[in-house]
Amino acid sequence: MSRKPLVRECPPTTWYFRQPRYLRYMSREITSIFVGAYCVLLVVGLQRLAAGPAAWEGFLLALRSPASIVFQFLCLIAAVYHAATWFNATQKAMPLQIGEDFVPGNVISGAHYAVWILLSLVVMFFAGVF
Amino acid sequence: MAKSHKPVVWFPFAAGGTVIAFCIPVIVLLTFLAALGHVPAGLSYEKLHAFAAGGIGKLVLFGVIALSAWSSAHRLRCTCYDFGLRADTLVATVLYVAAIVGSIAAALFLLRI
Amino acid sequence: MTPLKERLVQLEVLRYNPDTDTEAHFQRYEVMCQEEWVVLDALNKIKADIDPTLNYRWSCHMAVCGSCGMMINGEPKLSCHAFLRSYEGVIRVEPLAHFPIERDLVTAPDDFMEKLKRVKPYVIPKEEKPISEGEYKQTPAQLMKFRQYSMCINCMLCYAACPQYGLTPSFIGPAALTLAHRYNLDSRDGGRKERMEVVATKEGVWECTFVGACSEVCPAHVDPASALQQLKIVGSIDWIVEHLIPGGKS
Ligand code: SF4
Ligand code: FES
Repeated sequence: MSRKPLVRECPPTTWYFRQPRYLRYMSREITSIFVGAYCVLLVVGLQRLAAGPAAWEGFLLALRSPASIVFQFLCLIAAVYHAATWFNATQKAMPLQIGEDFVPGNVISGAHYAVWILLSLVVMFFAGVF
Repeated sequence: MAKSHKPVVWFPFAAGGTVIAFCIPVIVLLTFLAALGHVPAGLSYEKLHAFAAGGIGKLVLFGVIALSAWSSAHRLRCTCYDFGLRADTLVATVLYVAAIVGSIAAALFLLRI
Repeated sequence: MTPLKERLVQLEVLRYNPDTDTEAHFQRYEVMCQEEWVVLDALNKIKADIDPTLNYRWSCHMAVCGSCGMMINGEPKLSCHAFLRSYEGVIRVEPLAHFPIERDLVTAPDDFMEKLKRVKPYVIPKEEKPISEGEYKQTPAQLMKFRQYSMCINCMLCYAACPQYGLTPSFIGPAALTLAHRYNLDSRDGGRKERMEVVATKEGVWECTFVGACSEVCPAHVDPASALQQLKIVGSIDWIVEHLIPGGKS
């Protein structure tokens, strides 16, 4: 019997609407736009810092524009979302076997969250937030 | 098919992803506070300049910026493909070059501090 | 004993007849089912009572053989494991996504089979020894290292879930790469090098962007996404050893 299989193409520009989990994946990937843009902001900040006190004050002032506030708020959400997805993935990428059993995945991810929060608090402390 | 050289771009992507996860949220939080008018003491010119003037400070700032930039450039490359933009070589070149240029700029500014 | 509850179930089934059709089309069926049935039972009832021309694959009816995979309301599922009670309204049944349709709900698995072969999913002994020397021994800890990855039933649901496979059909894909990892992790195996020649290529693990859908749909809890993440790390370390460490290539 001859075969005539019907090939269906995966729609290259709209596939992620097919399942909610694809949208979740795409939102994780899109965080990179915000992180990338934020890196540009950091480089500009370094340039201003190198240019002297007046330039730096001007940079701090520019940060207070409404557009900058909205942008940084979005960056904050993106960065935290990236962190959560990243830490959740650590248990998959780096499983830990002790004797016969594997350390439960949420212990590995949980440890990452704990270090993250601790590190953030330390940075905030040294930055004089409190 | 020969083995791929993808690790060259993937390894720094993975390292950068880890750096973004651990460091970027709190850094954004600091500048966000500054944006809201509560400039943390550490972001004053004297404090930050002193930090960036030291060797460790330079290394930390450069490491965070370079790895984060590379990681987001690489992820953005994959995202472009996912959105149906198939000119992968062009996209990859533009994004990786942007990340490298940004890192070099960061290094140069740091050396001036 | 309480009488079994019956329910009139509506199914919308994708049909394709290679002898007469150039396109696939949906056909609506209404069939009286028992509340605790699975979608496969409903299909069997349709085939027995309403439409004997309906084609689909199944065998074990107990989530073991892996032959009854279908898209049910857009989600890759084993139809023998998809309970009617978890669905309301019309249930849409389609052949597994990303595979060519052979006929109705039957897909052509040729591509997956070919890829499976390529990764050499069997133990390649480190050292051959005569049977007289006894078995290749393994401790429970060595077994646990890969056990989860050996549970694959080759149902291909992960391929139907993986957008990267859909977008780039040359991608070796979740189940085959996971099996490569499973044998790489086996203490009796010495074939890692051969397998990495296939795994560490562009169409191998590097096509994966860690969407994670494969692990979410896998009925055997294999977690292919984790295997692929680990393979990327292995592949990267191999690359460093081969290119940056003098003498590392040999
Ligand atoms: S990994 Fe899971 S979903 Fe994929 S073929 Fe094996 S059993 Fe099926
Ligand atoms: S019939 Fe065997 S897995 Fe469903």
